[in-house]
Amino acid sequence: MSESRTEVKNTTCYMCACRCGIRVTLKEGEVRYIQGNPDHPLNKGVICAKGSSGIMKQYSPARITKPLLRRPGSHRGDAEFQEISWDEAFTLMAERLGHLRQTDPKKFALFTGRDQMQALTGMFARQFGTPNYAAHGGFCSVNMAAGMIYTIGGSFWEFGGPDLERARLFIMIGTAEDHHSNPLKIALSQFKRNGGRFISINPVRTGYSAIADDWIPIKPGTDGALLLALIHETINTGLYDREFLTQYSNAAQLVNVNTKDDDYGLFIRTYEEGDEGKVHPQDQLWWDRLNNQAVRTHTKGADPFLLGEFTLEDGTLVKPAFQMLVDQVKDYTPEWAANITGIPAERIRTLAHEMGIVARDEKIELPIAWTDVWGNEHAAVTGNPVAFHAMRGLAAHSNGFQTIRALAILMSILGTIDRPGGFRHKAPFPRPIPPCPKTPNGPQGVKANEPLGGMPLGWPADPNDLFVDGKGEPIRIDKAFSWEYPLSVHGLMHNAITNAWRGDPYPIDTLMIFMANMAWNSSMNTEQVRQMLNDKDEQGEYKIPFLIVCDAFQSEMVAYADLVLPDTTYLERHDVMSMLDRPISEFDGPVDSVRIPVVPPTGQCKPFQEVLIELGTRLKLPAFVTKEGRRKYRDYPDFIVNFETEPGSGIGFLAGWRGKGGEKFMRGEPNPKQWEMYEKNNCVYQYHLPRSYQYMRNWNEGYLEWAQHHRLTRYTDPINIHIYSEVLQKFRLAAQGKYAGKQPPERLRKRIETYFDPLPFFYEPLEAQLSDKHQYPLSAVTQRPMAMYHSWDSQNAWLRQIHAHNYLYLSPELGRKGGFKDGDWVWVESMHGKVRCMCRFSEAVEPGTVWTWNAIGKAAGAWSLSAEANESQKGFLLNHVISEELPPHADGEHLSNSDPITGQAAWYDVRVKVYKAGPGEPQQTSPQFEPMRRMPGQSIKPKSWFGYVAGKRNKS
Amino acid sequence: MHPAFSVIFLTTLIGVGQGLFLGLFTAQYYSAFKLISVENAQGFYSGGSLVALLFLFGGLGASFFHLGHPERAWRAATQWRTSWLSREVIVLPAFIFIVFVYGALYYFGWDPNLTSANLPAGQLSFLVGVAGTVVCFALFLCTGMIYGCIKFLQEWHTPLTPLNYTLLGTASGFTLAAGFAASYAPELIRFFGELAVILTLVAAVFRIWALLRNFRIKHRSTLQTAIGVRHNQIVQKAQGAMGGSFNTREYFHGRSAAFLKSMKYLFLVLTFVIPVLLLVLAMSTGINSLLGLAFAVQYLGLIAERWFFFAQARHPQNLYYQTL
Amino acid sequence: MTQLALVIDLNVCVGCHACVTSCKQWNTSGSAGPMSDDRPYGKDPTGTFFNRVQTFEVGSFPKTETVHFPKSCLHCEDPPCVPVCPTGASYKRKEDGIVLVDYDKCIGCKYCSWACPYGAREIDEHQKVMKKCTLCVDRIYDQKLPEAERKPACVLACPTSARLFGDVHDPDSMVSVAIREEGGYPLMPEWGTQPSNHYLPRRKTKMHIHEDELVRVDNPLAKEQFKVPDSDDPFLEDASSW
Ligand SMILES: Nc1nc2c(c(=O)[nH]1)N[C@H]1C(S)=C(S)[C@@H](COP(=O)(O)OP(=O)(O)OC[C@H]3O[C@@H](n4cnc5c(=O)[nH]c(N)nc54)[C@H](O)[C@@H]3O)O[C@H]1N2
Ligand SMILES: Nc1nc2c(c(=O)[nH]1)N[C@H]1C(S)=C(S)[C@@H](COP(=O)(O)OP(=O)(O)OC[C@H]3O[C@@H](n4cnc5c(=O)[nH]c(N)nc54)[C@H](O)[C@@H]3O)O[C@H]1N2
Ligand code: SF4
Ligand code: SF4
Ligand code: SF4
Ligand code: SF4
Ligand code: SF4
Ligand SMILES: [Mo]
Repeated sequence: MSESRTEVKNTTCYMCACRCGIRVTLKEGEVRYIQGNPDHPLNKGVICAKGSSGIMKQYSPARITKPLLRRPGSHRGDAEFQEISWDEAFTLMAERLGHLRQTDPKKFALFTGRDQMQALTGMFARQFGTPNYAAHGGFCSVNMAAGMIYTIGGSFWEFGGPDLERARLFIMIGTAEDHHSNPLKIALSQFKRNGGRFISINPVRTGYSAIADDWIPIKPGTDGALLLALIHETINTGLYDREFLTQYSNAAQLVNVNTKDDDYGLFIRTYEEGDEGKVHPQDQLWWDRLNNQAVRTHTKGADPFLLGEFTLEDGTLVKPAFQMLVDQVKDYTPEWAANITGIPAERIRTLAHEMGIVARDEKIELPIAWTDVWGNEHAAVTGNPVAFHAMRGLAAHSNGFQTIRALAILMSILGTIDRPGGFRHKAPFPRPIPPCPKTPNGPQGVKANEPLGGMPLGWPADPNDLFVDGKGEPIRIDKAFSWEYPLSVHGLMHNAITNAWRGDPYPIDTLMIFMANMAWNSSMNTEQVRQMLNDKDEQGEYKIPFLIVCDAFQSEMVAYADLVLPDTTYLERHDVMSMLDRPISEFDGPVDSVRIPVVPPTGQCKPFQEVLIELGTRLKLPAFVTKEGRRKYRDYPDFIVNFETEPGSGIGFLAGWRGKGGEKFMRGEPNPKQWEMYEKNNCVYQYHLPRSYQYMRNWNEGYLEWAQHHRLTRYTDPINIHIYSEVLQKFRLAAQGKYAGKQPPERLRKRIETYFDPLPFFYEPLEAQLSDKHQYPLSAVTQRPMAMYHSWDSQNAWLRQIHAHNYLYLSPELGRKGGFKDGDWVWVESMHGKVRCMCRFSEAVEPGTVWTWNAIGKAAGAWSLSAEANESQKGFLLNHVISEELPPHADGEHLSNSDPITGQAAWYDVRVKVYKAGPGEPQQTSPQFEPMRRMPGQSIKPKSWFGYVAGKRNKS
Repeated sequence: MHPAFSVIFLTTLIGVGQGLFLGLFTAQYYSAFKLISVENAQGFYSGGSLVALLFLFGGLGASFFHLGHPERAWRAATQWRTSWLSREVIVLPAFIFIVFVYGALYYFGWDPNLTSANLPAGQLSFLVGVAGTVVCFALFLCTGMIYGCIKFLQEWHTPLTPLNYTLLGTASGFTLAAGFAASYAPELIRFFGELAVILTLVAAVFRIWALLRNFRIKHRSTLQTAIGVRHNQIVQKAQGAMGGSFNTREYFHGRSAAFLKSMKYLFLVLTFVIPVLLLVLAMSTGINSLLGLAFAVQYLGLIAERWFFFAQARHPQNLYYQTL
Repeated sequence: MTQLALVIDLNVCVGCHACVTSCKQWNTSGSAGPMSDDRPYGKDPTGTFFNRVQTFEVGSFPKTETVHFPKSCLHCEDPPCVPVCPTGASYKRKEDGIVLVDYDKCIGCKYCSWACPYGAREIDEHQKVMKKCTLCVDRIYDQKLPEAERKPACVLACPTSARLFGDVHDPDSMVSVAIREEGGYPLMPEWGTQPSNHYLPRRKTKMHIHEDELVRVDNPLAKEQFKVPDSDDPFLEDASSW
């Protein structure tokens, strides 16, 4: 390497959402080598297959480099564009959006995909005044967030994780790759090397599951039954952590069980002096077993019953919540679950025993003194070393919320929440149950020329928090926070296009999509969604009149845009992984990070951040202009340094090096040198909490005060685990007409009453309930390949050699029955559609399941691939057989194919049959689409071969 | 293995050239002892040598197509201590040179009496012929050993490999010699024809022996030893490269088992059965053009034989690259 | 004598392919590069890689094991690929046992690749020379790199640290200890090539539960059984008057 022209720069990877620290070596300005940054807390120097292939993303011929306008007269999807200037693009957008903001802001909808700047995009939407904003969460894993946050105040996903450093037993459920890709791999191998025992519960054995000591194949969508049976067995054998439950959960709290009462199923509350003015008084009751009477929870010296039934002085019949749980799981025996899950009852029993015995007998004790919120001093932090991890295998089902509640409860009864060897939170979690942010709760929240009267996304605590109109009908285009999906805390992006196309609840004018491939892999029912995007009304107007797409590549989605905004790559822009969004925090404290460009933008590419700031300024959105209406921020870096959530709040996007000289963190005045300080520190800011604040944070006085002081949370009240969910019960009561306030529309009463069970229960996924299981006997699921990120990487010359196309993997048994062989072309058909693909036999899949890698299949011509490329000819997209809506049924005609509680897209509910393709059929994937054209501004030509050597291009 | 045409032509063409030279020298040897007599010795030997040279150069030419960097081919002569390929690279030109000298001696009729003894003329060409024969066999050995020395290509790793290269090359050379004799030394047709039949039959015996050996071969490497996992059911699910790689191109013939089988019968018929019939027929009927046909068919057969020779060899690396 | 090598731990390899592309990116611009790619955006894309990760399924459902299997040149102690090379382009270094190809001497005859039973060599279809894993010779001795980074690119990348690097002739090296203590084995030992790279097998952690572990005096259920009787409940006193 020639010394003079070789530079090394630090930034943060974005070949996936994991956000590892990387070191980029440049040779004569070209990227020579990308390695993991050894000094980065997240990846500690390692890097993955995608991260190592960043060069081929940076110099991909699929890159778009110029703002483009759809050629007049051409159709959406045809990808016929003409170049325009950025100024023209801004003028166009400012005029159109300005008009909408002055008339009806909700006619502008902004939806973003797997982006890492929801803090900014969400803020832009709010400032604009539209309620129609969401990111990928609703079609990704909102069940995981909601199910656990509504139970323990934190979750897996990007919010918390398993403490594999100290765990002895690790149970991984429904996880293929996950967001914490590299850290999880680092931890998993260390865990195994330390002799830990690793069990994977998954219909498929690949990736992580491959190295599990035990693989427990399960039928998709049935984990709820397994988890409930595990709870049943754990309680029956007395393997739960009684002490943990009584002190740190609502298990011992007394629930009113007088069926006739309006507050049936709610906790008994007593008001005492001193409670006035408290936002969250600790006014629930226990039944003290020492004095055999009701006492206030956490009364000193009391030891509550967890089981039993008692009568209060006023004659109210009460039960501890734990007794309610025991009643609920009474019939959920291992034998019962065995029939549903396909796992032998004996295996379920031993699994429960393994967990319980390890939790009980291998207790960890760390000599760390801490004090709980009730003033009890503890000489040590203890922990039960059973760790869990779960992701979309649980989340992406329409029964996922209740399943994940069951998981969180299992983890809680084993006493593993925020303790060593168990589940650990990551800042800003734990948060109150539910967290405080709320959406507006009625139409008054949306007004012309005004910011939205609340957050676009929030956490309903009871029916009155729903974002519905007087008739109880939705206000958001995706119908989030309505009675159809009351706790849809991340929105329902997967229904936005269908609803907008149908004009239900209303038509919109402009849809802006950032970093989401909605015309392909991130839509369900892809073929029809493509038609909807291109559909016109009687007047010949597009049903969705204006479509703006900000993308960095020639994706399937870009073809449908009216206006294309070319984004930079991650190596070309500033970015912030903010504490206001989902930072990269570690178990031991908050961490946030940034990207700093290592190469200049290509062509006319402009970071979307800059677009939003420019647009916000032109639209004079209050956050972006001074009182006089003048530009407030020069550009995005300037915005990041100087923006404060409220004037003088000291809270901004970045937590590190705040204050004039960078001496403060979390809160402090803007620091003009903040970027430089991040740059010097490997682009991350890491804060280590004092040891005594690192555990038991839901109840840790010191931590909660610290968190409040640094404005991570509003309150210092304990965050008790909701074994029993009063929040859910309130919705159920509303459905029963017993709750004061908002009432569901008649058609949804039964649905709400059924699914809003305050205790977890098992039901068949909705699609299975509504389909003929004899005709469609199989479950079809997808998995993420470790070497590809959604649809992004087919343009990547190196990664696509690893996954050029995908197969449908299935049990050889199915081939034997269906008369087809390994490698044959088959049809996979659901009640919604069918796809022709190649099958491969596998012994590593539960025989009632078929699966494929996600998003490898591509539309011909997209991503700068030739029309004959494997991705479109042999690769296939399972999304064609998945529907975004359930078949019309009693609860509604156009209900989303989602969890009835959270609106989580039920990707993995689809039921299919598989049969051999006819002998005369082409050996090619079906459906096929007209090959997408190359677009103006795709400056790099795809070559027939190359041998990449950095620095060569610049040599004359 | 993937049968590369450059190598097929290289080995078969030089085989013919070598065989033809051996034929010429055999005739010289016989005539030296007056067992046969060659009327137009000058034309026959020099012409024959020329034809042999044409084949040898043809093979040499084909070999260059096999090289990524033919301009550096000279480097290939350096490792004769260890590499059979290197030895071949040395021996082949040497042989060509000898054949050239041999032909030239005849063409120019330059044949001094080397000793004072009253020996008949042709001592020098005879000595060159002897040297040529030695080098010729060395060349057969080198060529054969290139394949025969790779121990894990078990189909090849047998003395039968160099032996068959020798026999097949010699047989085809004699068949050609018979045809060549038709125009330059008709009196030798029978001589070469009979020897060609005998050599072809002997070659058939050893080639079939090799086939039988390979039919019963037990491969030492298995998927179990390849990845070190003890289980009788191991199936590859991914090769790590879906668009193929050097490893899937270089070591697979890419044809079906049925195709392979038909190729086997084809080469047996074309190399052995038909040529023998044609030779016998030609000799009994005197239709000399059948001699040329016999060679043409046998040469085609040899191409098929060599194709099969490669395709049949199962390289253990294929255990890691089980294409679907 | 030193023999550098990789030891690959199949017990933790999750088949992520990080070692595959990190190798590609380091080497394509390095001294062993370029590593060309054909039809990079077309049908059946294919290119030169020094390292590939394959997947095997062992056994039948439900007792299936999925094995991810990375493989690059094994730097055999007795490398059959070297003596066959007619030009001397293939050689084994005395000082550290690394098997290399000198691109300037190589004539691209592919013969060495035939002589490798492991399929570890790949011809570069454009540069027309034979290529293979170099153990990153241009990293591991580079004094300009920090000590900790003088390791092969694939080793630095591997998220599970399934790739150990060191001198297998030094009995105290990390790799030798791992081979000795974790049951390290060579591939295709039947050919006597003595691969320097070794593989560590899967190891299982099992748990055995004793019956009596399920019944314990401190079983929390016991606490729930204790119930102070209600004073309305009948007592012995209510029925006797002695
Ligand atoms: N390399 C790579 N990494 C990624 C991504 C990527 O595209 N590529 N995407 C990122 C994103 S956006 C997300 S959301 C995460 C998702 O990370 P994961 O949650 O790990 O993602 P999936 O691949 O959907 O894995 C789902 C797993 O659940 C299993 N499964 C399906 N149904 C069931 C079930 O009913 N029960 C059980 N027990 N298992 C089931 C599947 O077999 C599969 O193994 O990954 C992130 N990380
Ligand atoms: N069948 C099935 N479908 C699924 C899933 C599944 O498991 N099975 N998983 C779902 C889940 S969890 C998720 S999160 C979604 C993911 O869905 P999406 O978020 O839509 O994911 P992608 O396909 O990765 O990419 C979106 C777009 O981002 C563009 N892009 C990449 N880098 C940049 C950049 O730097 N700037 C800009 N502006 N654009 C960029 C890409 O070109 C692409 O067009 O998919 C969902 N779809
Ligand atoms: S895990 Fe994601 S962020 Fe980390 S190196 Fe890989 S692609 Fe980059
Ligand atoms: S990088 Fe490590 S874990 Fe990933 S495939 Fe290679 S050896 Fe296995
Ligand atoms: S693995 Fe193959 S290429 Fe590498 S040293 Fe051994 S024989 Fe040679
Ligand atoms: S391809 Fe190159 S290295 Fe291999 S044997 Fe031929 S000359 Fe030697
Ligand atoms: S040691 Fe270097 S050359 Fe060899 S596989 Fe690893 S990265 Fe590639
Ligand atoms: Mo996702």
